[in-house]
Amino acid sequence: MDGLAVGSLYALIALGYTMVYGILKFINFAHSDIFVLGAWMSYTVALCAGWPQGQPTHIANWVLFVLVAVGVAGGVYALVGRLRLGKIPSGAWTLLLVSGWGFSAAGLVLVARALFAADQKLVAGGVILLVSMLTCGVVGFSLERLAYKPLRKAPRLNVLITAIGVSLFLQNVGQLDWMFGTRPQGMPALLPDKVLATFGGTPGATAGSWDVQPIQVRLLDVIAGGTSIILMLALDRLVFHTKLGRAMRAVSFNERNAALMGIPVDKVISFTFVLGAMLAAAAGFLFGQKYSGLGQPAAAIWVLLGLKAFVAAVVGGIGNIRGAMLGGLLIGLAEMFVKAYQSPAVVDIYVFGILIFVLLVRPGGLLGRVGVEKV
Amino acid sequence: MLEVRDLKVNYGAIKALHGISLRVNQGEIVTLIGSNGAGKSTTLRTISGLLRPASGDILFEGASIRATPPHEIVRLGLVQSPEGRGVFPNMTVDENLQLGAFVRPASERGAIAADRERALGLFPRLRERLKQSAGTLSGGEQQMLAMARALIAKPRLLLLDEPSLGLAPQIVQTIFKIIRDINASGTTILLVEQNANMALRVAHRAYVLEVGRITMEGAAAELAQSDEVRKAYLGHG
Ligand SMILES: Nc1ncnc2c1ncn2[C@@H]1O[C@H](COP(=O)(O)OP(=O)(O)O)[C@@H](O)[C@H]1O
Ligand SMILES: [Mg+2]
Repeated sequence: MDGLAVGSLYALIALGYTMVYGILKFINFAHSDIFVLGAWMSYTVALCAGWPQGQPTHIANWVLFVLVAVGVAGGVYALVGRLRLGKIPSGAWTLLLVSGWGFSAAGLVLVARALFAADQKLVAGGVILLVSMLTCGVVGFSLERLAYKPLRKAPRLNVLITAIGVSLFLQNVGQLDWMFGTRPQGMPALLPDKVLATFGGTPGATAGSWDVQPIQVRLLDVIAGGTSIILMLALDRLVFHTKLGRAMRAVSFNERNAALMGIPVDKVISFTFVLGAMLAAAAGFLFGQKYSGLGQPAAAIWVLLGLKAFVAAVVGGIGNIRGAMLGGLLIGLAEMFVKAYQSPAVVDIYVFGILIFVLLVRPGGLLGRVGVEKV
Repeated sequence: MLEVRDLKVNYGAIKALHGISLRVNQGEIVTLIGSNGAGKSTTLRTISGLLRPASGDILFEGASIRATPPHEIVRLGLVQSPEGRGVFPNMTVDENLQLGAFVRPASERGAIAADRERALGLFPRLRERLKQSAGTLSGGEQQMLAMARALIAKPRLLLLDEPSLGLAPQIVQTIFKIIRDINASGTTILLVEQNANMALRVAHRAYVLEVGRITMEGAAAELAQSDEVRKAYLGHG
């Protein structure tokens, strides 16, 4: 059960890697940082929303300041454009959109606060999840615009190096005092948890020994797994059954021919980034609930979770959306079995072992195809 | 309807078009013929906004589109069926056709369905293969799909890049007959071809492109009679 929940969270993060790779053919190394940001964002938002009479960190003020600044800049730009060109430039719309998006997130924080006051913790948790997804969506959007879009025609290696740079940038900014700082924090428990059922296991098993641990079905795992599976089903529907999804698949196959269909390629790419970032943020929130401790933003353990999600994407076949879901679940289940029958300490050996094995047997990943990439 | 003025296009340091001019009038089939590497596809890509000209201008219905993004050019009614057909092999035939209607608002649902029926009427083979993935179609069927898809976008000017490329003579006949039908029902066509023989037979007017320059132009029937064209493109000594 634990394995399914963790696996579906890996899958959520893996989707972001795989979607961006599918469209732009590069590994967005900053993606795992968006995931960590999602966890920290939920923490911050929970504090802002009054948990548990906590103080909002400085970042809340900063976020508001930035939102207002972006909104004002967008307004001024729109006005100038209106007066000088007779129409509102699209850049101004972008700024207004970003700030409007941010303000709705801020508004939701107030909603969460009201819900806390009314002691509706689960609903408040949902709202906080949403806020975290919205904010990370904005961050994903801005990253693509500022860091990757200017490099659309550059060699892929340059983009890859930029991605590593962006990742380091996010990690270091996250550690600044006025952001999240370097101190680990306890994640507020927003979702209810209790053991629903226990079965199996060697009687009197102790952790870390070779005894078989009993399997517990926990409510939190059900909620986390359920939420991520709902999100994945929604994504699957979006990608395979809507006009926008068709446009995404077309852009991913061939940008030039997609443009000839009248598809606004840049917008579709932005949207893909936003979507990936939002899913990663959801995973960040849910992991935060599960492990309830947040390391510093660059903490090895969280980076490792992101890395395993990347492994899941590769195992499933990078660029393949259903492959990422499968890969995530597979890694999660494998971890669970290793934990149950061996020891938690050796889990990572198996995870990366699976990666190497799959790459040897099927270099394109489980659902991936080799050599479909067109020049 | 379309006017290209002294268009120059480069790929980095390579000069592909050295200043070409051509025009397409409402209701015509105009063909641009030339051998491999002459710059035919470059011309169409630039008209569609996929490449930016170094100089020169492109007017569609009197307005310059040289800086218009490709997806907005499609919205203006200038639709291209690209070289190599450009179907999306990982999607079904049906999904490919739906992509053709991407630029049309959901409110036009009825009209889209009617245009789709009309396109499937022209290419009945596609109707039998709607649920099949486009990658499993034969070359001729993929060409039909590309054209049907372009028609569903409701083009006012249809750009066709080598529709006969790599197809069996039988299928080529069919395709050219349909090109004529499409034109007869009111769509203006700019047809790029290496198969000068067939192209000159369906077109009203023609331009000959040689290494980035227009070397001849005129009524298609006249060009088909000219010695140079017969020698260079029609395989007559
Ligand atoms: N992407 C490209 N990069 C560099 N040169 C190109 C590219 N595409 C085409 N060319 C060159 O431009 C010229 C015209 O090519 P093209 O327009 O494809 O010709 P055609 O369609 O008439 O066969 C050729 O010399 C070709 O080598
Ligand atoms: Mg060509």
